[in-house]
Amino acid sequence: MTDTELRVSKIENGTVIDHVPGGQALNVLAILGIDGAAGEVVSVGMNVPSDRLGQKDIVKIEGRELSQAEVDVLSLIAPEATINIVRAFDVIEKHHVTRPETVHGVLTCPNANCITTENEPVESRFDVLEDGVRCAYCGTILGESIATHIRST
Amino acid sequence: MRHDHLISAKQLSRGDIESVLDRAAEIAADPDTVAGAHAGTVLGLLFFEPSTRTRMSFDAAMKRLGGETIDMGSVDSSSVKKGESLADTVRVIEGYADALVLRHPSEGSAKLASEFVDVPVVNAGDGAGQHPTQTLLDLYTIRENAGLDDLSIGIVGDLKYGRTVHSLAHALTNFDAEQHFISPESLRLPRGVRYDLRSAGTTVREHTDIEDALGNLDVLYVTRIQRERFPDENEYRQVAGEYQVDSTLLESAGCDLTVMHPLPRVDEIAPDVDETDHATYFEQAHNGIPVRMALLDQIL
Repeated sequence: MTDTELRVSKIENGTVIDHVPGGQALNVLAILGIDGAAGEVVSVGMNVPSDRLGQKDIVKIEGRELSQAEVDVLSLIAPEATINIVRAFDVIEKHHVTRPETVHGVLTCPNANCITTENEPVESRFDVLEDGVRCAYCGTILGESIATHIRST
Repeated sequence: MRHDHLISAKQLSRGDIESVLDRAAEIAADPDTVAGAHAGTVLGLLFFEPSTRTRMSFDAAMKRLGGETIDMGSVDSSSVKKGESLADTVRVIEGYADALVLRHPSEGSAKLASEFVDVPVVNAGDGAGQHPTQTLLDLYTIRENAGLDDLSIGIVGDLKYGRTVHSLAHALTNFDAEQHFISPESLRLPRGVRYDLRSAGTTVREHTDIEDALGNLDVLYVTRIQRERFPDENEYRQVAGEYQVDSTLLESAGCDLTVMHPLPRVDEIAPDVDETDHATYFEQAHNGIPVRMALLDQIL
């Protein structure tokens, strides 16, 4: 662990999400559906200095190893993020996020007239484009403001 | 064409379209060829929004094929009024019918419905989304009057909320058609439709004045500014009455110009156009019968 990473406490087992753009850590948690209700110990470092990003956020989730499918959706707001799986204080896996073809249930459609915003038994589904996402139901394209349409947990 | 569902014009290839139009032409020439072909078939009509032409022409088309229709009736007289979800409504009615025709005020509703039933779902208009069967009869009318290749078409009016516009623009990417889009700034094509057109290699030519494109057009497709789609009445008032096509305007058009409209119209086409050779909108509406007969014949 570097000094920067030590600004928030080391974890024994779990997942460290590094190289998150500054200010996006809470959105990362929202996308992952982590709100503390399940009792996870979560540490967040925000706007720590970074050679690569200038400023970055770090999220450490104790006792939970996130799968590649779970973290790939983070590529929408944190394409440079690295995922470290930690066991007994050692990083035993390190990988990058990759853009998924679709994301399910993570975002809400910005089109207030989309059927997914009504009381129907479906979760939202967005196809991932090169520079945004598109609602699979109404076709609305969401570009720059993805973070503002993360569904609340 | 062989699809389980018809949700969007985007799913239609040129072959799919020509297959329906060819069959429609056969039926129009000799309706007896399909009389009774679908005896015993029941078509469910679910209209959550008002409709005259689409509802009645589907009803007539099914009956002319020898089948029957069952109609959910108005929303006020159905279980929807009690808060039933669309997903539940279609799952119930699929047990009564061999296919469902759905009109609904929300975009994406037909796609959602199609995910909950096994019978074919035909989108008869989903909010400001798509209206693919209107497009099939539009294309039939264009083919009869101007031809579908080497076509120059101007689509005017409510391009933002106009589902007939979105479906037509998508379908025309299958043909050698030059598309001009004429609207107020606030009613330009939605981002998603522009994305699709550009992805299909279609140049999106945009204008605010009809006169800028009129002289070179084969078809002028006029649409109503739809008051019911505007979230804000003031926004509607700013653009209401923006375009009016009348016989004076058409003096600067080519003599072969075909004027179309999905109807209903309010004031965007003056009555004096009705008596000119340009007026094709009533023929267009009548074409809904053979085209929907052809479509049902292929789907069922």
